[in-house]
Amino acid sequence: MSTTNIMIAGVGGQGSLLASRVLGALAINKGFDVKVSEVHGMSQRGGSVVTYVRYSEEKVASPVICRGEADFLLCFEQLEAARWIEYLKPDGVLVVNTQKMLPMPVITGAAEYPEGIIDDLKAKGVKVIALDALKLAAEAGSEKAVNIVLIGAFARFCEFSKEEVEACIRSCVPAKFLDINLKAFELGYNA
Amino acid sequence: MSDKILLLGNGAVARGLYEAGCKFVSSYPGTPSTEITEFAAQYDEIYAEWAPNEKVAFEAAVGASIAGARSFTAMKHVGLNVAADPLFTASYTGVNGGFVIGVADDPAMHSSQNEQDSRHYAIAAKLPMLEPSDSTECLEFTKAAFELSEKFDTPVILRLCTRVAHSQSITALSDRIELPLKEYVKNPQKYIMNPGNAVRRHPVVEQRTFDIAEFAKTSSLNRVEWGDKAIGIIASGASYLYAKEVFGDKASYLKLGIVNPINADMVKDFASKVEELYVIEELDPVIESFCKANGIACHGKDMLPICGEFSQELLKKMLLGEENAVNSYEGNVPVRPPVMCPGCPHRGLFYVLKKLKLTVLGDIGCYTLGGAAPLTALDTTICMGASVSGLHGFNKVRPDSSDKTVAVIGDSTFMHSGMTGLTDIAYNRSVSTVLVLDNHITGMTGHQQNPCTGLTLKNVPVEPIKIEDVCAAVGIKRVRVIDPNDIKETEAAIKEELKVEEPSVIIARRPCALLKKVNYGCKYTVDSDSCKSCRLCMGIGCPAISFKDGKASIDQTLCVGCGLCETMCNFGAIRKVQL
Repeated sequence: MSTTNIMIAGVGGQGSLLASRVLGALAINKGFDVKVSEVHGMSQRGGSVVTYVRYSEEKVASPVICRGEADFLLCFEQLEAARWIEYLKPDGVLVVNTQKMLPMPVITGAAEYPEGIIDDLKAKGVKVIALDALKLAAEAGSEKAVNIVLIGAFARFCEFSKEEVEACIRSCVPAKFLDINLKAFELGYNA
Repeated sequence: MSDKILLLGNGAVARGLYEAGCKFVSSYPGTPSTEITEFAAQYDEIYAEWAPNEKVAFEAAVGASIAGARSFTAMKHVGLNVAADPLFTASYTGVNGGFVIGVADDPAMHSSQNEQDSRHYAIAAKLPMLEPSDSTECLEFTKAAFELSEKFDTPVILRLCTRVAHSQSITALSDRIELPLKEYVKNPQKYIMNPGNAVRRHPVVEQRTFDIAEFAKTSSLNRVEWGDKAIGIIASGASYLYAKEVFGDKASYLKLGIVNPINADMVKDFASKVEELYVIEELDPVIESFCKANGIACHGKDMLPICGEFSQELLKKMLLGEENAVNSYEGNVPVRPPVMCPGCPHRGLFYVLKKLKLTVLGDIGCYTLGGAAPLTALDTTICMGASVSGLHGFNKVRPDSSDKTVAVIGDSTFMHSGMTGLTDIAYNRSVSTVLVLDNHITGMTGHQQNPCTGLTLKNVPVEPIKIEDVCAAVGIKRVRVIDPNDIKETEAAIKEELKVEEPSVIIARRPCALLKKVNYGCKYTVDSDSCKSCRLCMGIGCPAISFKDGKASIDQTLCVGCGLCETMCNFGAIRKVQL
């Protein structure tokens, strides 16, 4: 088995660290070797943030994912999909939240937020799973559950069973938020 | 599998401290090293604390070592500059209980102001340095560092880089060994570094370096992995992982765990058995220079960059000329730089600094973001504390502009090394105005306590040190406290203090919006009928406010209810909604 690469891209503060923790636990439970790489500090303050999850039956060497290597790209925001799409393998799967979060250069009018990102990517032949994860998370009971909605959408296409993913969410999420997150997972899975 | 868990590199170092019987940890936060000390604090068996700065932390750990305990201090690469003074002399005194210094470099500067390579310190201070590649090695090397420290009577540096410190990999755990304190015996020849004693200690240090280089020859911390011998690779840390990813068993490796001192015979032996030798190391050509000084031909910086991080992609491209097929997007993608959070108490202050067109000497912390658009109210950022002392020098040579120049420094940075600069201002009488941005926490590194917050690292309540008392104690007569969210008061106070012909301090006090105790209990919305599209509210650069269809709009998921935007609006279009 070659290494499976999952890259998570979002905006600092969106909860991508929890998503990577769930994915890491999934791979460990299957007995795979795993590496998860994250960035802390300055870039977390509303900046573009990426996290890498890599697993394999053999030993995983590098902690990072490079351009053209990701089997899955989980994007918490549209613009981040455009930014990081080069990291997706030509036949990889993009799971993207259609939510838009305006970066400061757009807010100040120094740059424009591009229109039609998802259609453009589809037209280029990228396998795209697009969903309004913010709306689904709100429906589940908290807008903070966007991460688990996206894990739900990912669960439809990954090699793990729905039950295996759900079990990992149970083990990673604090008890008092479990119901909301299980609902978010279900909504993402069925989106 | 129950004893094997996915552990952050920094968490694994902390686990190594626990298992090695370490009793004392003192550090100052700094990305990417911070979590080592935070994780260490979770063990009841380890006394752990945040010190005011890295020098203090280092010296506290030296004291604990001399007293007989295994002790540790962690810092980022630039923190080691602050602690460099005790570093060089602790090398001469050696240790009693084992003493390990964790230092985390930040290639690519994810969260740093420079890209210095800490290995130079190990060479300059003549100290052994270990460099792990993953979490398993973080744990094992930490334990080995204590063994080495006590075996050779030396402080040992454990060097991490961002990708090792902040990557998780599977790690096996063991039990703690509980060690009694070693006996403390007076030994002035070893511990009093006056010239007479230091002269006798220097040759001891030189002999020690020689002995450790001999030890390195057979130590399991270094290893050779034979594969194809056409290519031989010398690497350590994350660089070794990238090389493994690219070359697998199509190359042979000399994997260095001890990066200082290096054993020349070991390297010569490896080099003689491979056809072509590559030194793969991030940042400076330290191992490469060693090879060349010993007459060992190798490739290194002739093919690989000095700046930035490596990756498997970079090695593939530079060494093999190969590139992956990629997906692409042709449109323009605006950058997404980090910004001050919604509700950040620094926002109002920087708005006023920009409005008054002041020259602003900045410091290290979240408020460095005040240099970005639209606030763009920052002139310098150099290192911890440099705003205050820099302001003093600036005003001494440009006294005519001292009414247009200020320093900004956070509460934690002020305690770290701002108060010494303020002492210079008071003692040497420069007409300077310092703004202390007291948000009740060490923000940028992820919310660590400091002497002003009233809690220790272990969450024990203590009497907070009052910044105004410190200012008064060093001799500043004019000290006032303002709320930076009150823009009128802030503007008036800054104008007034800049006018007076004596040193002054303004403490802008409001807690970080991300603190759990901060709950404004409301949000703000825009009544678009009242909005005159004047864009005044956009001037504060709040990520929650944008323009939609020609009117201001507040993102309800981002707004925390600080109310700064309401004070900006002259038409009452921004309204509070109670939750």
